[in-house]
Amino acid sequence: MGIQLKKKLGLIVNPVAGMGGRVGLKGSDGAEILQKAIELGAQPESPQRAKHALEKLLTIKEDIELITYPYEMGAQEARDCGFDPVIIGTVESGKTTPQDTVKAARDLVEQKVDLILFAGGDGTARNIYDAIGDREVPVIGIPAGVKIHSAVYATNSRNAGEVALLYLQGKIKKLLDSEVMDIDEDAFREGRVTAKLYGYLKAPHEERLVQSLKSGRTEGEASALNSIADQVIEDMQANVLYIIGPGTTTRPIMQKLNLKFTLLGIDAILNKELVANDLTEKQLLDLIQGKKTKIVVTVIGGQGYIFGRGNQQLSPEVLRRVGKENIIVITPRNKLTALKGKPLLIDTGDYEVNSMLSGYYRIITGYEQTIMFKAE
Amino acid sequence: MGKVKVRKGFQQARWNEPIIYEMSTPGQRAIYVPQPDEEIRVKAGDVLADLPVGMRRKELPNLPELSQKHVLMHYLHLSQETMGSNICHDISEGTCTMKYNPRINEELVSLPNFAELHPCQDEDTVQGIMEIYYKFEQIIKEISGMSRVTFQPGGGNAAVYTAASTVRAYWESKGELDKRNEIITTIFSHPCDAAAPHTAGFKVITLYPDKNGFPDIEALKAAVSEHTAAIFMTNPEDIGLFNPRVDEFVKIVHSVGGLCFYDQANANAFLGVARARDAGFDMCHFNVHKTFGTPHGGSGPANGAFCCSEELTKFLPVPTVEFDGAKYFLNYDRPESIGKVRDFMGTAGVIVRAYAWTMMMGPEGLRDCADASIINNNYMEKKMMEIPGLSSAFMGNGYRRQEQIRYSWEKLKRDTGIGTNEINNRVVDYGLPHYWTSHHPWEIPEPMTLEPCETYSKDDIDEYVETIKIIAKEAYEQPELVMAAPHKAASHKRNDEESLDDPEKWALTWKVYLRKHGKK
Repeated sequence: MGIQLKKKLGLIVNPVAGMGGRVGLKGSDGAEILQKAIELGAQPESPQRAKHALEKLLTIKEDIELITYPYEMGAQEARDCGFDPVIIGTVESGKTTPQDTVKAARDLVEQKVDLILFAGGDGTARNIYDAIGDREVPVIGIPAGVKIHSAVYATNSRNAGEVALLYLQGKIKKLLDSEVMDIDEDAFREGRVTAKLYGYLKAPHEERLVQSLKSGRTEGEASALNSIADQVIEDMQANVLYIIGPGTTTRPIMQKLNLKFTLLGIDAILNKELVANDLTEKQLLDLIQGKKTKIVVTVIGGQGYIFGRGNQQLSPEVLRRVGKENIIVITPRNKLTALKGKPLLIDTGDYEVNSMLSGYYRIITGYEQTIMFKAE
Repeated sequence: MGKVKVRKGFQQARWNEPIIYEMSTPGQRAIYVPQPDEEIRVKAGDVLADLPVGMRRKELPNLPELSQKHVLMHYLHLSQETMGSNICHDISEGTCTMKYNPRINEELVSLPNFAELHPCQDEDTVQGIMEIYYKFEQIIKEISGMSRVTFQPGGGNAAVYTAASTVRAYWESKGELDKRNEIITTIFSHPCDAAAPHTAGFKVITLYPDKNGFPDIEALKAAVSEHTAAIFMTNPEDIGLFNPRVDEFVKIVHSVGGLCFYDQANANAFLGVARARDAGFDMCHFNVHKTFGTPHGGSGPANGAFCCSEELTKFLPVPTVEFDGAKYFLNYDRPESIGKVRDFMGTAGVIVRAYAWTMMMGPEGLRDCADASIINNNYMEKKMMEIPGLSSAFMGNGYRRQEQIRYSWEKLKRDTGIGTNEINNRVVDYGLPHYWTSHHPWEIPEPMTLEPCETYSKDDIDEYVETIKIIAKEAYEQPELVMAAPHKAASHKRNDEESLDDPEKWALTWKVYLRKHGKK
């Protein structure tokens, strides 16, 4: 019998995530804002949430090696829960920065951890993404930040712990591309929302992350995406310009047509041939001029936005010209289930366009399968 | 509460019974068939000579080799490891209408006059059972308000598929099938209301519920068009809400020319109260095995009744059972029929039992059945709502629940980490069967769907609720006990959480198991 190696779990806590929320600051990124939050009496949110998640892992304490950063970036939380963590790196307690998160993630990747469990918000997810990039290191987010648009986060801290547990026990094996998104906090505080899709990280089995754990069996994500793409391609009309929005849900359409695809941007096709990749708003406006156009978009992030998050190139002007009747929304059914009765969201930044686009969409959820769903 | 008997000392047999193939020992066998006497052998000649060469096996079949005693032991063990519906309170299986099945009907159906019939017998020799089919059809016509009924479908899904085939035949007969290619259904309708029409070639549009849990009527208005072939909807849906605007749904679909099919698998709520035809529906079905008191579960024996309006009767499956005033006969002369949806005439044993049950109940009895099942459920809901950590789908919307409810352990899960799967593993420790959560995916988080049919007494319901209450308390006070359940049941948990999700792993037969797991 071979030696059973212990699984390595990396832990990163962004100790200041979520501090801006309670005091109405819409995020805590940036040193000045953080100082302001502290002055307004903000308390750290993430250490407690990290502990909720870690408690779930106590049953396999002896079977894992927990590796983390010093002080409040993980060591303290781990010890409070009864773990004996391996501590790497150096930070200045009380003055941790986003760069520390990036550094911690890089160091954990170097340690060849099996999974990174991290507590924070969208800014933290971005830092982790900056460090990991396209490497296939599984991550699970413990939601503790003000902004949680990224789909790498579990629905709550205990679920994050449970997903980590099941993954480390080998009971969940599937990894899915999950969106890392962040909105520009300066703009957000001034009342404008611009969210960008930064990229994708691998997270264990999305269905169990987004709803409750073991929320029942659905058809596999890959097969759902395939059948959605089949339907979109079958419905494609000749001489109509198709604008393909970003995301992993739209990707199989381009793959099946053997076309180059911009995962985080907007592409255009005509008669199943590529017109252009990664279009800006201006290029889109030029392109659709005088052409019958349809837009294919999907739900981006965990909150149900179809416009205004991660696809700003589809500006109010572009959407106004294309019109609601030419918008094709596609998503696997589990993303609608995860909304728990809330509608899809539209926030283009233009009130009139939002209202023009609101109402029912016949959303493609599979081959010959659609769901009538409201967007507001 | 004197009669409440929570079974704290329950202990089920646990045999860890292997699969019968794993018990096989080469050379063992049940019986040795004696060789015929020489005289008989000569007289019979080569009895296999007439068997076509193509039908002859070249190798022996791969059957397990066991002694007769071991075969008997094996199946007795398996029977002790099950939790059948009549062994305990099967309030657990919400949507399945697990009511008590009168034993007298088992006696009836075992009588040689029924049990020894063969479906290929000449009509003249099976007049009795044809009379039962004919008379039961008249009863179901009265209950549904429809013009004709067929009992050919082998179950609820098959009856829904019969409806989908009827819709297809209807639009084909009008020459509009190419255009009328969409079926509308609702998210809390039974999944077969989407799957059967899809299998029959239709595209499916699903409606989500409004804030009260009813199918969103505005979404329906946005969904109907000149492409609408029909709506397939369940009512009351499995969450236990009877749609008070169901006739408006029918009107909206009719206004674009579409047909309306009413999935009545949950008919226990409105027997003798409401009729599909009166609400304007063109078709409906019953799960005869559920509503009409016959034993079922574990995939059989089932029977669906498909009912339709006068306009659609020409499409009914062949044959229909007719009566010419003197004699019952099977009518195959129906040129526009959708054909057969199953061999022969459905599950005759279910029809005989259901006919006997209905005749015993009488019209008032059917109404009483609906009333009692709704009272039972509402009594139970009130008691269940006292349990900490428990809520129900669309709780507090002001609408009374019908014969079943979808509860939710969402709060308990948030409070303790223990959700419906863990509770479900624990109920068997108290001698209650594993309960029905919900169809997948779970639209209601951490679901539990219970249905206390009319045959359960107040004491039975109290016992059930008391057990659930104890388990909820355990979840708060001794979570590890519930997490590790079941402790006293025959089978434990699945080893591999994802095994049922992976088509490369699951196997329904030994042959497939060997293939998928690389053992052969």
